[in-house]
Amino acid sequence: MTSSSRRYTIPGSDPARLVTSANPVGRRDFLRTGAAIASAAVSGVVGAAVPARAAESAAPWQKVPGTPAGAYGQPSEFEKSVTRHVIRAYPEIAPGVGSTLSPIQSFHGTITPSGLHFVRNHNGTPSIDPAQHRLLIHGLVKRPLMFTVAALSRYPTITRTYFIECAGNSGRNLAPQPQQISAGVLHGLISNTEWTGIPLSLLLEEAGLEPGAAWLLAEGADSASMSRSVPMEKALDDAMIALYQNGERLRPDQGYPVRLFLPGWEGNMNVKWLRRLKVTDGPTHTKDETSKYTDPLRDGKALQFTYEMGVKSVITQPSSGMKLDGYGFHEISGMAWSGAGRIRRVEVSTDGGTTWKDAALHGQQLSKSVVRFRFPWEWNGAPAVLQSRATDEKGNVQPARAVWLARYAVDARFHNNSIASWELGADGSVKNVYA
Amino acid sequence: MFTPERLAGVVIVAGLMSSCATSRTEESLPSARPNLGLAADPTLVSAWDISIPPNGAGLPPGSGTAKQGALVYVAKCQSCHGERGAGKPMDALVGGIGSLATDKPVRTVGSFWPYATTLFDYVRRAMPTTAPMSLTNEEVYAVSAYILNINGIVGENDIMNAQTLAGVKMPNRDGFISDWPARRR
Repeated sequence: MTSSSRRYTIPGSDPARLVTSANPVGRRDFLRTGAAIASAAVSGVVGAAVPARAAESAAPWQKVPGTPAGAYGQPSEFEKSVTRHVIRAYPEIAPGVGSTLSPIQSFHGTITPSGLHFVRNHNGTPSIDPAQHRLLIHGLVKRPLMFTVAALSRYPTITRTYFIECAGNSGRNLAPQPQQISAGVLHGLISNTEWTGIPLSLLLEEAGLEPGAAWLLAEGADSASMSRSVPMEKALDDAMIALYQNGERLRPDQGYPVRLFLPGWEGNMNVKWLRRLKVTDGPTHTKDETSKYTDPLRDGKALQFTYEMGVKSVITQPSSGMKLDGYGFHEISGMAWSGAGRIRRVEVSTDGGTTWKDAALHGQQLSKSVVRFRFPWEWNGAPAVLQSRATDEKGNVQPARAVWLARYAVDARFHNNSIASWELGADGSVKNVYA
Repeated sequence: MFTPERLAGVVIVAGLMSSCATSRTEESLPSARPNLGLAADPTLVSAWDISIPPNGAGLPPGSGTAKQGALVYVAKCQSCHGERGAGKPMDALVGGIGSLATDKPVRTVGSFWPYATTLFDYVRRAMPTTAPMSLTNEEVYAVSAYILNINGIVGENDIMNAQTLAGVKMPNRDGFISDWPARRR
């Protein structure tokens, strides 16, 4: 639970005298108290009820000097439970292979803190000395070029806020039975941060594209040498060589010191620790664009190069594993995003998709970026099934689970953007369900 | 009352303000061209270029057979991929040919991967996970031949090299439909 969902109490004060909406101070009481204070001030007489030292009404931490600010800030010790969920598929033989999911059930705005950004690594995070790292651009170019990180850092940069989502996000919601795990463990391979970097088109222009230059092969400097093919159209459109995230250098988990960023496209293509870009005339058909990240269909074929992440939303408050403390007002809130552009609309259903109402969109509504949606709701105490459905500016609508499932083979596990459902029990408990 | 001169001044100021506003929008791209890339040495470029496309361009000298590859496999691969590619704890490498259109598809190198060049490329760059890039090119050819052989795709003594590997027709060669340029989903 995060602080905002706790009841706010003032340490050292008498809870019985707290001003709450259920027990407001009467206007008459207020006037009487005010008059007494005013007359004491005028006469200079201190009443017996006024303590000799302010300390008696102060919180403990008001009476001792605080700790000096550290060199790098950390969250409150009371927020220690807000962490990423670490999944290591092969902890003994390959601990670096796995996913680390964002605790989206604890997020309230649109920006993901850098330390809570999800991570999907194919063989761990390398420790890269930026002084020794190089980016090579070669292949179908007039001038094969090598860039140092220092040189890249002198280029003009752009700053954009974009989401990045792993193509395997929400794969756990394709299990035969709905798993009773948090929203973050189910859907937390999504994060949204500010990225600063060089438009890739600048560097490609410097190298000079040769006729027939149609694709790129992007390769990382990790121990998986992760590689993906990228169509030139994307490279020349909004692709970025990212150097900074949320105002500081990229974190090692996010590709320090250089990352390829392809706004709105599946996370795996945003090659971290970028070391090489080879301009080619066709796709290279690497392991991660053939055997993985492809979408198998029921007829035995598989869709390949399914890059753009589909329009999607998920309710984060309340969500799986939480418990509503009583009926009455509750705000339903969540995240929505689309690889195709801006989110235009998010609807919320509290009856399992029978009826829908528009939620309010908050935060800057940027292209390929997370928006926060909020929906005020009076819970009458009856069981309910909560869903959200996003629509983007291109008119794409988030599909129902059954519609999504019908498109793909039984073992499909990538690009699941279907509607997620939370069942609210009469006792206030929230469960993951398939509806 | 506006004189023509005053009116012109207002128009000029308004024009300046609007041009400032448009030249500073978030969408504008930088115009500066620092040109700080250094000419890359051709020898270095070819040494770094380890990606192998389906036509086999860039495959290195060397060769290997499944028979030779079996030894490499047992020594370097079997502890993760099981006996004869059966899998566990990591991915199975064998089996599933003909299963993709059924309700129990099994996706392995043999049944699913469209190109043998991808196998060579991936083994050379990333395997074994505990010691990536530790295999010689000869060993990569040999172990690729072995994985193809246990799937019944090449013979035990077929020589895999820069010429023959790209010519291997994988069972699922035509099993992929390109989604690029993107269609609406």
